[in-house]
Amino acid sequence: MSKGSPISPSLMATKSAGAAKAPERADRTADHAAVVADLAAVSPVLGPNNVVPPTVMTGSQAIVRSLEELGVDDIFGLPGGAILPTYDPLMASTMNHVLVRHEQGAGHAAQGYAMVTGRVGVCIATSGPGATNLVTAIMDAHMDSVPLVAITGQVSSGVIGTDAFQEADIVGITMPITKHSFLVTDPNDIPHVMAEAFHLASTGRPGPVLVDVAKDAQVGQMTFSWPPKIDLPGYRPVTRGHNKQVREAAKLIAASTKPVLYVGGGVVKAHASAELRALAEATGAPVVTTLMAKGAFPDSHPQHVGMPGMHGTVSAVTALQQSDLLITLGARFDDRVTGVLKTFAPNAKVIHADIDPAEISKNRAADVPIVGSVKEIIPELTEAVRSQFEASGTPDLTTWWAFLNNLKETYPLGWTEPDDGLIAPQKVIQRIGALTGPEGIYVAGVGQHQMWAAQFIKYERPHAWLNSGGAGTMGYAVPAAMGAKVGEPDRVVWAIDGDGCFQMTNQELATCAINKIPIKVAVINNSSLGMVRQWQTLFYEGRYSNTDLNTGHDTVRIPDFVKLGEAYGCASFRVEREEDIDATIQKALEINDRPVVIDFVVSPNSMVWPMVPAGVNNDQIQVARNMTPEWEEED
Amino acid sequence: MSRHTLSVLVEDKPGVLTRVASLFARRAFNINSLAVGPTEVPGVSRMTVVVDADGDLIEQVTKQLNKLVNVIKIVELTPESSVQRDHILVKVRADAATRLQVTQAADLFRASVVDVSTDSVVIEATGHPEKLTALLSVLEPFGIREIVQSGTLAVGRGSRSMSDRALRSA
Repeated sequence: MSKGSPISPSLMATKSAGAAKAPERADRTADHAAVVADLAAVSPVLGPNNVVPPTVMTGSQAIVRSLEELGVDDIFGLPGGAILPTYDPLMASTMNHVLVRHEQGAGHAAQGYAMVTGRVGVCIATSGPGATNLVTAIMDAHMDSVPLVAITGQVSSGVIGTDAFQEADIVGITMPITKHSFLVTDPNDIPHVMAEAFHLASTGRPGPVLVDVAKDAQVGQMTFSWPPKIDLPGYRPVTRGHNKQVREAAKLIAASTKPVLYVGGGVVKAHASAELRALAEATGAPVVTTLMAKGAFPDSHPQHVGMPGMHGTVSAVTALQQSDLLITLGARFDDRVTGVLKTFAPNAKVIHADIDPAEISKNRAADVPIVGSVKEIIPELTEAVRSQFEASGTPDLTTWWAFLNNLKETYPLGWTEPDDGLIAPQKVIQRIGALTGPEGIYVAGVGQHQMWAAQFIKYERPHAWLNSGGAGTMGYAVPAAMGAKVGEPDRVVWAIDGDGCFQMTNQELATCAINKIPIKVAVINNSSLGMVRQWQTLFYEGRYSNTDLNTGHDTVRIPDFVKLGEAYGCASFRVEREEDIDATIQKALEINDRPVVIDFVVSPNSMVWPMVPAGVNNDQIQVARNMTPEWEEED
Repeated sequence: MSRHTLSVLVEDKPGVLTRVASLFARRAFNINSLAVGPTEVPGVSRMTVVVDADGDLIEQVTKQLNKLVNVIKIVELTPESSVQRDHILVKVRADAATRLQVTQAADLFRASVVDVSTDSVVIEATGHPEKLTALLSVLEPFGIREIVQSGTLAVGRGSRSMSDRALRSA
């Protein structure tokens, strides 16, 4: 493989000039490719790996062709000056491009698409403001480990750095919020950069990768061939857990009388739900699923004790607090789960399995760290646990289960009817879940409605629940639901949104209506920034500074969500009486030729319970205002 | 907080220094010194980073650095198992009356005079940071006009080569 070889001219790093160096780099690449192939047991280049002989084309054509070869079917984007060359060959492509109304919508749609399909989501924007409009979605994907490739146009390489029209250093801007990023100025780099971007986004801990392509690299001629060689000598994700560590973990499990499987979003990303269920049933241990892991383990399973964290169930929060062993799988000890870190699960040893070594012992020191994919680790751990139990006996968890089952019965999730005669928002969300069922997809915005959607919809399968967990991005729901519906067109997709969130990204209803993407939007309209208002009620003496949005009952209703939905070509309804909830949800479920918007006018006084107030020990969980459970059963 | 010297092999790609520097800034890790240069392997550069951090934090620094795609390998070089050197250029006030004293002081530290003018000399010295601090304190009374100091350079003792091993495993 020399620089002159037509097979993969893109292989040579542009920085390492000189023919003498070429063989060495090529060897390393070959070795590296072999390692990666071993790990994945397939080519690191996504897609069918069709062989394309050297063909002369433009950089733009190469971008489109690379996407096709990588197996991409759907793209979300919005054109502009610096990406214009690429939109021309895109018109002739078989790939489906969804024209959004705002680039943030493209980013979240690509996230929603990736979350339900497990494939890489793709979004495209132009330079400058087009690219910066993607920043929130990129950050969101980074926090929640969503495989995303963002392609942005950049001004011509000759004027980069001159503050040219619509120039922004998007590689620099997104450096801390991407898994990796590329600036392409030579069209010959396009195939291998695209293949590397998809490889990086989808393997190891998934995440967003930015490919910024200068306009002259799009316009310039290059020689395209496929598959390209992937040259990432510094990228070697470990997927297989260390045997000895797995056996150590099994020993701890066999010795534990109060174990908890603390399950995070990594289990969903790794498609390891079936494996998790086998482990749970082999150990008999209670399972908690974090906000990102809802559905990784069926809510209806008797071993499921709930969601932990700030708004988790008493049984899940207490299970972690009182545990003697946390079997942590693809979770990261987020502050919303742990509360005050040093008081979290004070008597527990920690087994921590994660594909990202940097997560292990970042917040909580692990007694048994296992680096690798939970998809591979969990079955090995299940086997190790079975043989350990055969050797040393099955631990007796009767007392532990009696304690937890008592908590489950004593402190079930519930709500009190609002004092103002308006509908309880929890009721609306519960009915949506009940009438739609576990095969639906539920996408939440951020705030009270998000927590209620996590609490009152029953999740029985993974990839059914999407939300902005780490980032907490208001406005995630509508575009992410749109992307989810594109990825899973046969499923019912609900955006459960708040009146605040909905006003941030509802322009994508136009995209949905025009492109026949019939999502259903339930606006849980409490006429305010509800979660902020809840904190103002609880911690700021009810001083409601700038949280009233005037969209609900007895207000000017600006905007009127029904009129707004109609203006966007959506079937639109308003529900103000409890007796209309079911009928309207049914009506929405029957409409499949256009999007539906339902304005559920609900009480602004409802609050999310249970709650662990910020900055306190998780033992201080309140099931209602100033009501903390009694702990005499166990100290 | 203790001092740690990390030898970091990176791909020589645009932006790699920014990636490393911004990672340190964003995670609130404190860089004491940084030296970057080419290695014997084309396309591979080495960053020698001196960090002030305690044990848990240095582990986190290393793990976060390892997550950077352009970072190929990281080795912590302990003072016992490595040679560590700083390089310094000092411009010192020195006229006919004091020049001899200044150059004698430099000799004591095996430093050399690399530039002379009527009222100053430039002294070049290499050594462990403590030695250079001592040199500076000796030169101080004559009047130091300018100090230019490199980041620490470090290499493991013995015949083994870090880049050999790193590239074999890659």
